[in-house]
Amino acid sequence: MSEDIFQGYKGRALAVLQKFNARVWAKVKVESSRGVFEGTILPRAENTDDKHLVLKIFTGYNIGVAIDGITDIVELGYKKAVYKIPEKEFPYSKDKPNVKLLGTGGTIASRLDYRTGAVIPAFSPGELYGAVPELADICNLTTEKLFAVFSENMGPEQYKKLAVAIGHEIEKGIDGIIIGHGTDTLHYTSAALTFMVQNSPVPIILVGSQRSSDRPSSDAALNLMHAATAAAHGDIAEVMVCMFGPTSDEYGFLHKGTRVRKMHSSYRSTFRTIGDTPIATVSRQGVVPIKHDYKRRRTDRNVTIMPYYEEKVTMIYYYTNMQPDVIDALVDAGYKGIIIIGTGLGHVNKPIYPAIERAIAKGVAIYMTVQTLWGYVHMFVYDTGRDLMAKGIIPAENMLPETAFIKLSWALGQTSDLARVKEIMLTPINSEITPREPYNGYLIYQGGVPEVEEFIRKFHK
Amino acid sequence: MKHIFDARRNHAETQQKIGYVPRKNATQADYDRIGFMSGLEVHQQLKTKEKLFCHCPAGIFQKADDFDAELIRHMRPTLSELGEYDGTALMEFRTRKNIIYRIKNETACTYDVDDTPPFPLNREALSHAIDISLLSKLKVVGEVHITRKQYLDGSIPTGFQRTAIIGIEGEIQLKHKTVRLIQLSLEEDSCREVSDIGHVRIYRTDRLGMPLIETVTYPEFKNPDEVKEGADYIRFLNRSTGKVRSGIGSTRADVNVSCKGGTRVEIKGVAHNNWMPELTHNEAYRQWALLAIKDILNKSIKDPANWKMVAKEARAKDFKLENLGVPKSSTLKVYLVNLPHFHGILSHFTQPGKMFADDFSDRLKVIACIEKPNMVHSEMFEDVVGEKAWTKVQSLLGSKDGDAQLIFWGPEEDIKTALETIEERCRLAFTGVPNETRKSFEDGTTIFERVLPGADRMYPDTDSAPIPLEDADIDEAVKRLPKLVSERIGQLMEWNVPEDTHTYLLKNNLVPLLEKAQTELHIPARFTSGLLAHTLKHLQGQYPPLPDFSFDQVFGLLKFLVDRKMDIAIAKRMLFHLYQHPKMDFESILITLNFREVTKEEILEKVPFLVKKYKDIRTSHDDSAGLRWVMGNLNKLATGNISLKELSQKISLNT
Repeated sequence: MSEDIFQGYKGRALAVLQKFNARVWAKVKVESSRGVFEGTILPRAENTDDKHLVLKIFTGYNIGVAIDGITDIVELGYKKAVYKIPEKEFPYSKDKPNVKLLGTGGTIASRLDYRTGAVIPAFSPGELYGAVPELADICNLTTEKLFAVFSENMGPEQYKKLAVAIGHEIEKGIDGIIIGHGTDTLHYTSAALTFMVQNSPVPIILVGSQRSSDRPSSDAALNLMHAATAAAHGDIAEVMVCMFGPTSDEYGFLHKGTRVRKMHSSYRSTFRTIGDTPIATVSRQGVVPIKHDYKRRRTDRNVTIMPYYEEKVTMIYYYTNMQPDVIDALVDAGYKGIIIIGTGLGHVNKPIYPAIERAIAKGVAIYMTVQTLWGYVHMFVYDTGRDLMAKGIIPAENMLPETAFIKLSWALGQTSDLARVKEIMLTPINSEITPREPYNGYLIYQGGVPEVEEFIRKFHK
Repeated sequence: MKHIFDARRNHAETQQKIGYVPRKNATQADYDRIGFMSGLEVHQQLKTKEKLFCHCPAGIFQKADDFDAELIRHMRPTLSELGEYDGTALMEFRTRKNIIYRIKNETACTYDVDDTPPFPLNREALSHAIDISLLSKLKVVGEVHITRKQYLDGSIPTGFQRTAIIGIEGEIQLKHKTVRLIQLSLEEDSCREVSDIGHVRIYRTDRLGMPLIETVTYPEFKNPDEVKEGADYIRFLNRSTGKVRSGIGSTRADVNVSCKGGTRVEIKGVAHNNWMPELTHNEAYRQWALLAIKDILNKSIKDPANWKMVAKEARAKDFKLENLGVPKSSTLKVYLVNLPHFHGILSHFTQPGKMFADDFSDRLKVIACIEKPNMVHSEMFEDVVGEKAWTKVQSLLGSKDGDAQLIFWGPEEDIKTALETIEERCRLAFTGVPNETRKSFEDGTTIFERVLPGADRMYPDTDSAPIPLEDADIDEAVKRLPKLVSERIGQLMEWNVPEDTHTYLLKNNLVPLLEKAQTELHIPARFTSGLLAHTLKHLQGQYPPLPDFSFDQVFGLLKFLVDRKMDIAIAKRMLFHLYQHPKMDFESILITLNFREVTKEEILEKVPFLVKKYKDIRTSHDDSAGLRWVMGNLNKLATGNISLKELSQKISLNT
């Protein structure tokens, strides 16, 4: 496709460009019913109409000219834009820890993709150093691009590949690992890696950004610096998510990979630890633990890599008047595990009982989590809960739905013995189930309350 | 080497040498000699209910210390679409500013602080912008593309302004020439600055995101008065639609100026068109002076590439710097700098009352974030260091004849940037006029604000889809357009409306009111213009505006008088009350004025008595004095009942 001189144009627009032999990146004079327009023809983003030609005019702005009114196009010159993040060799210094950045396709540093009009990541150490030179003050950074997929396309194949790659890096003696990742499913991957990479001697930090790095106010650079600090100098050798604490450019949180969740579609401070406090805060000055019972950094190279996964596992979000055929259909489709996200303390309605009985009878593992996200499943409190347990649904304590889903997939990937699966599910690997919920594990203050407003006025949210 | 040097004299001599002429004496020949060239970027807020990309209310403002929350951001340069870093962006990055935003829940949402992507563009604003584009004879684009324009000063929390071209290539008609327009864009307004001290800059977010249009002219103004005329015209044009905001800060212009051999320098945010002539005049001469400085330096410095300044750290106490504003117990570092071949340059004239060295101080403040006073130098009008100390500085630095020295101070972490800044400014002098934006002052002078951004800071907004503008929409817009400003001016001339009222009438879009009063009420435009541009303007200057008052009420008042068949002269007295009590009905105002309805005959009946009385008491034989005396006695009774003109015609002193 490198020969595509009409990049992105289709239909009527393409026909007009062909008619006047005007190429993308050509400087042109366009005569149209609204007057004469001069500028450089830019590629057209996919999924836009075929009724307009995009020009960059001399002031740097882009405009669209209606195709139908065009009576002539004269090419005056040609200059293709070369978009490149300045590449500088990443400096090496003996006294700094070595950190590996594994890329999955996030937007730590990025450039414009004319095809989709979106941004595509830049990644090499040289490019990253060009974009975030402060990294060189923190560590010696090397990178490896494992794959380039958007967050929503991450799946079992990627989890396993990542786990294996992490194992190799640890064996080779790395001091810390950063994984660049899109934010939408970051918490699925962090859960998967917690289960697949156990007993790591070094920090494994997942990081992303809520504002792509092609924006001056992007959180990408600071998140990356925080992640590098935690990976290179932090003492916490766990799988963690590192993202903004407040929406301000101040500090990041390190969240346990199993207890973290994306809680806002666009805020910078979208990741929150649910049902507990984050493990630590991190700034460019270093990691400051909030919890002290974490797994400490070690010098040995022992790590257990367990890349197992059963893909026939699903989640259903219970809604009122749910009918049994939903569950029947899943069972008929061969699903081996179902995470139900129930109401309140972990409830569903009576009409689906027969479907649950049928599923259990067919050997499907069913676990209960809660839509409230905060709090434990408590199935002893009401008859409904007791009924459901009697039918074989297993309460997953205070495991987050996504974490339970990943863990069940991982457990069923290892064994089909449901008793063994239950043992795996209910034995926490890293706080996916906690024995207690601290009083400050649930803090959602509501705006408008004078004390809350006073707090917000005083501290950056 | 001796330090005896008369800086004041050097300043005066260099001012004369470059041929500086004060504006009041300057002629077109002076401007042609230095190649004066200027263009405008006029910003105008649109009158809409909501902001441009979110649903926050537009036009509600807060005091600086009234906020619900604060948040902090840092800005980092990114590449433009064409793969370049922008110069301003790099400068702002060097300043390492902590940007703090003050948010009020009522006026700012998560979009404003860049925690939510944009909502679809405000259609009301788009429609206003299309109207104004058409009035400006611009070619309206077929599809609106939203672009991000980088602003790393923090004035917008995203680090860029969402902006879109609505029309390109238009023109405006001034008295003696046509000026072409480059483009008109629709954009979101920026934050208002609260303070900028050291490394902390504080903004409030109330104005942020309000819809704004920017009209850009070609640099076709050839003298300072034309600049003002152009700015006035664009303002009148915008106001003529009735779809823009008025009031402080609603119209701001950036004025681009250059001289022959100079470069485009942008004077930012000029809020008063009256300031423009002096500002542009001085800017053109400032550039002319910098070119003279360039010539001097290029003569004395043989190898500019290898020019080097020498800097050494010194002890504050050696120089009695506490007299200059450096705190005695301060932890500030003090540096001595030798600038080879800059003798006579530091005190070289640049602007009235300003010299070349002032630029160092301004840049140290802006780029290195060192608050003023931040330096002294060897060519100040009032030497505060003393000859003995300068001799010591020169020997410490190994200075030669023809060198100049400065002493600056600042926090340790800012010294590196400060030294770079000084050296950079010196090197820029070798090539003439730096590309920069400057901040304006009422006295017509400017100071360095930041490096001038270029087209490299543009980037398509990947969060917004392009918006097609169909021919049918444009045709619809054409139908609702008001008359052109140039036609309105023509009408005023035709109606014999005095020229001193034109600005007020056009600025407030009152020509339609004049026209309506003339056609519907048969009141001469000349009368209405005086009522508005003299009586009302005077009241506005004396009493604060009330939200209930509108110009339409003046028409209502005139209509009331005509309907009641009263004489309209009383409108002036009624307006006094109407303006201060906009809700008062007209009858009540008449009562307040003690107005009594009397017939003409009744009034005229009193004339003979008054004439007789005048004759009894008069001290003068001048008949016109008699007429005035009689009229004065009847004035109150007559106003509203009979026109004073008619009355004076009917008074005969020979009764």
